[in-house]
Amino acid sequence: MAANFTDQAAIVGIGSTEFSKDSGRSELALAAEAVKHALDDAGLTPADVDGFVTYTIDQNEEVDVARALGCNDIRMFSRVPYGGGAATGTLLQAVMAVATGVAETVVCYRALNGRSGQRYSSGVSGNLITGSAIHYGYYMPFGLLTPASWVAMFTRRYMHLTGCTQDAFFEVAHSTREYAVKNPAAFFYQRPFTRAEYDAGKKISDPLRLFDCCQESDGGSAIVVTSSARAKDLRQPGVAVRGVAQCLAKDQEEMTSFYRPEIARIPEMDLAAAEAYAQCGLAAKDIDAAVIYDAFTPIVLWQLESWGFCKFGEAAQFVQAGNLRPNGRLPSNTHGGQLSEAYIHGMNGIVEAVRLVRGTSVNQPKKRIEHALVTSGVGVPTGGAILGRM
Amino acid sequence: MTPEETTAFEAKIRAYVGREMGPPKRGFDDVNAAMIRHWTEVTGDANPVYTDAQFAAASGKKGLIAPPTMLAIWAMEGYPMALPQTGKVDVQRELHNLLEAHGYTGVLGTNTITEFYRDLRPGDQVTAHTVIDNISERKKTARGHGYFIETVTKFTDQKGEPIGRQVFRTLRFAPSAELAAAKGEAAKGADAPLEVPTRIPSPRGHDNAWWWEAIDQGRLLIQRCKGCGTLRHPPRPMCGSCQSLEWDSVESSLEGEVFSYTELSYPKFPGYPDPLLCGLIQLREGTRLVANIVGCEPQRVHVGMKVKGKVERVDDKTMLPNFYPA
Repeated sequence: MAANFTDQAAIVGIGSTEFSKDSGRSELALAAEAVKHALDDAGLTPADVDGFVTYTIDQNEEVDVARALGCNDIRMFSRVPYGGGAATGTLLQAVMAVATGVAETVVCYRALNGRSGQRYSSGVSGNLITGSAIHYGYYMPFGLLTPASWVAMFTRRYMHLTGCTQDAFFEVAHSTREYAVKNPAAFFYQRPFTRAEYDAGKKISDPLRLFDCCQESDGGSAIVVTSSARAKDLRQPGVAVRGVAQCLAKDQEEMTSFYRPEIARIPEMDLAAAEAYAQCGLAAKDIDAAVIYDAFTPIVLWQLESWGFCKFGEAAQFVQAGNLRPNGRLPSNTHGGQLSEAYIHGMNGIVEAVRLVRGTSVNQPKKRIEHALVTSGVGVPTGGAILGRM
Repeated sequence: MTPEETTAFEAKIRAYVGREMGPPKRGFDDVNAAMIRHWTEVTGDANPVYTDAQFAAASGKKGLIAPPTMLAIWAMEGYPMALPQTGKVDVQRELHNLLEAHGYTGVLGTNTITEFYRDLRPGDQVTAHTVIDNISERKKTARGHGYFIETVTKFTDQKGEPIGRQVFRTLRFAPSAELAAAKGEAAKGADAPLEVPTRIPSPRGHDNAWWWEAIDQGRLLIQRCKGCGTLRHPPRPMCGSCQSLEWDSVESSLEGEVFSYTELSYPKFPGYPDPLLCGLIQLREGTRLVANIVGCEPQRVHVGMKVKGKVERVDDKTMLPNFYPA
């Protein structure tokens, strides 16, 4: 049976810092600023906050964020593991807290100096905590050390089974870049690119080239979640959480689920999608726009299949038909995605999904957006959320 | 430094731009055959026009010349530069002391651009006139934050005629914490033999040490549940099929095929082969493992390729299974 919290909670505030390659300040400063922007957007103050959710990889302690902002008593705090896989998982925690009355106003945040500080692309080494180290020990001595290389292993298999080519990856990269060109907050603002430039990108881990990989960014993003009843009294039109789910599927590993009968798909996202749809009785045909986690271009394809926009093996055709574009079936990553706006582990994606439902994206599609989908990082336990108009 | 302190500091160092390093500096020695011979020996430059008077006289140069790249050498300060400083220091040293005192302790010569106007011959006298020409904005480099300092030196001869010009660029930087740590490590091992990088080893704990110890002995094992016989890899403490905690292992045939693969091009890792091919190998026994594919052009690898493994030494510290085309 699906959870029954549909429409009980709403996102009422969104905020981000600027995105950059060198923020010049602490991650705590980014977190506090992003949260403050989100509260201002909602017309709320730090005193209204009584819950916090972030990622286990976030370096900003709840106590520090609360003190920096001058919050009062906090009744609920929680973290979600697995890097970008936590993105919509934070929203699930907030919705559960609001729906059960554990907290009334929950802030979800993610802030990092992902370029000027610790860079995720540098991969894993011996310097890890125990459980993780033992796990990565089966890959480190062989040099399978970086996120790109783990994703490449799934990608090669997917290409083998489906006949998908680099053309589909380029379309994902190019469509997000075209959106970013019009987004002043994006790193690639006013910087279009061509197929020739994409092809000239250096090889990272075959078949992934430079522009198949997202950026590394400094910045922070935050959202404010409260009850739908309270949302009606606030500054912005509330964006209802219709459904939100996360999943860790059978035989999952952290980035290296190489041992399932087939590896060219992401069963954890299939299950999260089924659960989120079941919660609200919606289906793929009801989703008007999407923010699909795009740490690497091929992972967008697999998620389109998981959420039922096309069948297994058909995602390449789906994107090459222009469906992610402004007038396509599913305008996607309209902020430029993590490939072209900034890599804030998907929290900036939730912010954009809220804008799509509000009608305030810089690349707002012409059609009415009743429902927008937003997803978390894949390869790890993951999830997604369906947002809609109140 | 606070932003205000940084502004004040930058104003101080910028005041040096345009200043002469000191009075023109005449070289200790005139251009001479002995120093030319030392230079050609050290650099391995065997051109006889520098050292063989007879050959030089018959050449287009019509007599011995000094190697042009010695231009800056003739007016160098020499060994006293390395001695403890006493008395008044020159302007350039003053600037460097100021940077050092503010944490910019690292120094790196980055590049020079030199122009040569005429050949120098034994007996010529070289005088250097050096000006601090430019100090960059504060830059972020791989070594740490710092400033690029450019000096311009004009060289003249005994008649005061210009003979060359050199732009010399150095980076003064505040070493990043990581770099400082690495340097500390290096200093500790200064007397130790040069260490060749090796593969990053797996940590070994309760659940995996036995598997790696077998690899060290040249055997690839596969964990087997004693309850239901199910094979599993990577090793873990409980059987997912019957929840038994009892297990033993079987030795793999090392026969299999490529289930998927990737060639890692960037970044490169010290201690790893290049090209670096990682395969997901489907073993005949039914389990899979990640290992390197070797002895094969990257372009030849494909899904379904038959491979045969061998557990072998890959560097001074590491035994690993490698898979070759079967």
